[in-house]
Order: sequence, then structure tokens, then C-alpha cells
Amino acid sequence: MLGLPWDVFSGVEMCGIVGLFLKDQALEPELGAMLGDMLITMTDRGPDSAGIAVYGKQDAAKLTLQSADPAQDFAGLAEALGSKLGKTPALVVRDTHAVLTVPKSDLSEARDHVRELRPNIRIMSRGERIEIYKEVGLPSEVASRFDLASMSGTHGIGHTRMATESAVTTMGAHPFSTGADQCLVHNGSLSNHNQLRRKLRREGMEFETQNDTEVAAAYLSWRMDQGASLGDALEQGLHDLDGFYTFLVGTKDGFGVLRDPIACKPAVLAETDQYVAFGSEYRALVSLPGIEAAKVWEPEPATVYFWSH
Amino acid sequence: MQVVDLEAEGLRGLNKTLQAQQMATNQTAWEVVNARGAHAIAVGLDAPIEVTVRGSTGYYCAGMNKQAKITVDGSAGPGVAENMMSGLVVIEGDASQYAGATGHGGTLVIKGNASSRCGISMKGIDIVVHGNVGHMSAFMAQSGNLVVCGDAGDALGDSIYEARLFVRGSVKSLGADCIEKEMRPEHLSLLADLLERGGVDAKPEEFRRYGSARQLYNFNIDNAY
Repeated sequence: MLGLPWDVFSGVEMCGIVGLFLKDQALEPELGAMLGDMLITMTDRGPDSAGIAVYGKQDAAKLTLQSADPAQDFAGLAEALGSKLGKTPALVVRDTHAVLTVPKSDLSEARDHVRELRPNIRIMSRGERIEIYKEVGLPSEVASRFDLASMSGTHGIGHTRMATESAVTTMGAHPFSTGADQCLVHNGSLSNHNQLRRKLRREGMEFETQNDTEVAAAYLSWRMDQGASLGDALEQGLHDLDGFYTFLVGTKDGFGVLRDPIACKPAVLAETDQYVAFGSEYRALVSLPGIEAAKVWEPEPATVYFWSH
Repeated sequence: MQVVDLEAEGLRGLNKTLQAQQMATNQTAWEVVNARGAHAIAVGLDAPIEVTVRGSTGYYCAGMNKQAKITVDGSAGPGVAENMMSGLVVIEGDASQYAGATGHGGTLVIKGNASSRCGISMKGIDIVVHGNVGHMSAFMAQSGNLVVCGDAGDALGDSIYEARLFVRGSVKSLGADCIEKEMRPEHLSLLADLLERGGVDAKPEEFRRYGSARQLYNFNIDNAY
């Protein structure tokens, strides 16, 4: 407020993060609505674009697809895939995104066919539970375009972006996913992302953007591909990722939180018997049930927190 | 007691009302309800009134305070009581980063823990923390007193000038040019007063004092223009 030097680094602005991990199954139908409220509260921190990752319950294999021209790209796609795969998959369109559900054994084949049939389609996520939706625009608009309130699930994370390191585009919005059922949202900026991206490319990781957060997501996926647990991957990230960050990482079973050792970027956690919630600010949490009696604290710097089902 | 519903009045409405109170106002007791983590609650006050905020606050609560006594009946977000000039700010819960930053005067009491950078660049404020403080607390502290009844994190008092730091628990590490100093009788009596004002039941003898070694660039007269 006073323009003091630490305000610049403190995350007064520059992105908002929210996350919700449900312990109480009765709340699962409400996940999207609760997460949407939290996301919209963080509009001040990130009006450029917004995105969410929702982890549903069914154990199928899913691809979330995105197209700049959904009417053209999604029309007839299920049928075209059906003739390749032998059985027509389910395709549920939500605005510019669509979720394709296939048998687990067909996932990578289906992905290859999508790329071949519709080269302009971007694959936002793949996995058994994850669905990712992200677009340019105010969080309230993004939430209503995808009808976030109607989504149910076990856990989810969301992000409102104020762009600093790359352009305001759909692909530059968070969350980023570079591995099955994995995703990452980030508040901050990394200073060694170009170097790390080159290194990870040599290791075979693929990148869609010039965004620093995608590099962090790819780094964690790469570590986990090598056999590290999410906790171990985050610990190793403390050594290899240089910059300001608060990360919220989603996996098939849960989510993890990590702040850099300087911890300028804000973070608040709340836990009750029903849920664990994360917000860049306490404001994001005030409408959650039982928040008055919740345990509320700030995660310690350079400390990994993780919850899983 | 005047009660202001922040949701109904809006932030500007609340602050305008509180800032309009004069020295001789009869409306000396105020309660703010529905805080819901909002930013900049009760900033820029300049009258001897008492304000109690129900619930936790967002950024910069009680910033630039003069004369007023402001109590947060919850936890406070980043930059609480930033640049306070005088008065008293009490946080019943925890305080986020840079509590009391650049404060010129008055007293800030935090009954829970304070996170990183508590008292950064403090210029005369007295800060009493019942719990712990995080890393880089009292960074470039110039004047005033910081009392920590629990533990202090890394790099306490880095590049400190003339502020006095009192810590009862452990100090994870001292910052550049910050050293432990002798606790003389005048410090014990100063600390006793601070503890009393902060509502802490502790003996001054349980604390250690830290301050500047005065070895950095600015302390060498040969570096003056």
C-alpha cells in the first residue's frame, strides 16, 4: 500500500491460488461450487485468466481437450475416434473444452488419434481423474462458461492469473499439467526457467509454452517419472527451482503445498474434519462451512505439506 | 458502542467514518463486524478511539495509525499496523508477514505468532509478540523495541541500526551485523515495561538482548560524504 520495497515482492497482486481437498464425501457434489466461490474471491489478484483442475471420482481414462474453434473441432470427433478405436468414446463439451472418456488401455492411442484428426486441439490434461479447464477472462466469467458450480469431485485447485512472465493466452493460464493426473498452479516467478526447460527437453519432456510455471510442472513430473514421491520431488525442487513461488500441486489422490525459502508469496491453509483448504488470502476461505472453528495457519517456508486420500 | 457492518457500509464508508472522528469525539468505542478477511480495515485513524474488529483481516489492517487503539479479534494478514505513528494495535491471533513494518511509534501486540519480516525497517515502534517470529524479522530495524516471547527464525536483525531486540526462546540465526548484547539494568527495566504493556506474564531476566555490532558500511565515518 505504501509502495515499500517488500510490497513489490509480497504478492499484494500477481496471481491468486485456491485449493480444496475434501475429507467428507458428503461435500463432493459441492466441490465445484465451493471452489468457484473461492476462485472468484481472488479476482483482484488475477483478472487476466483463470483455470481449475477438478479431480472426479470415476476410474476411467480421460483427456481434457481445448480448441479455439470448438464448434468445428469437436463436431464429429467422437465418431471419428470411434472408427479408429472400434468403440465410440464419450465426449462431453463444456464451452471451449471437452472431456473425452475412453477405456484406460486406449488412452495413449486415443491421444495420438486426436492429434492426428484435429491438429489444432490442445490436450490440457490426461489421466484417470483429472479435468482441467482454463481460459482468458475474469474468474467469474471463466467459472460460468465452464459451469464450474455443477462439477463434483474429491479435490481441486484453481488459479487466477496476473501475467508477468509470458503472454495472456489460454495456454499461458494455469493449471499446467505435464503428467498423468498431475497439475500445478503457481504464484510467483521463476528466474531459471529457461535453463531448466533446456535441461528437461534433453530429458525428453515436452513443452507447449514459454511459461515459467510449465517448467516447474514438468520438473515435478520428471522427478516423479523417475520414481520420486510428490513430497520428494518438491523437496528436490527447493534446490533446483530458483525464484519466488508458492506452489499448489494436484495429484490423483490429493494435493501438496510448497513455498520458497524466502516465502514472500502469501499462503493460508485451513483444516477441519471436512476439508483442507488453501488460499492466497484468508478472504478466499471465509465462505467455507465451519471456517470460524477451522485450524488456520500459514505454511512454513521451504516446508512440504501434503494431503492424500 | 458504535457497530459498523463492513459488508453493509463498504470499506470506504467504514474508513471515512473512523477517520472523521475528532480528538473530542463522544463516540469512542467502535466495533467492526463482518470483516471476512478484507484489506485495509481501519487505516489512517487519528483520534483516541477504540476499534475492535471481529474476525480476521486481510492486508494492511490498522496501517498508519495515530492515537487509536485497534484490536483484531482474529488473525491479521500481511502488513498489519504498517507505518504506525502512535496508539496501540492488538492482534488476538497470529499476524502474517511484515507486521509493524516501518512503524515510527506506538505499540503493536501480537498474542499469537508473527511470520516473516516482523518489524522490518522499524523506526521507533514497540512490538511485543507473545509467540514466535519468522525469518528476517527486524531487518534494517532503525529504532524501537521488538520483544519475542517465543523463538525467532533465521537472520534476526539483519543490517540492524539502533533498535533493541529481546528474545526469550531460541534464535535460529542472527543476520549480518546483529550480535547478542549485555542485558544491563536499564534494559531490564525497559523490558519490564514493554512486557507489562504487552500483557505478557514473563520475567525480563528470561530474555536475551540483541542489537547492532555497528560494523557495516554506514557505521564507518570514513564512508561519510
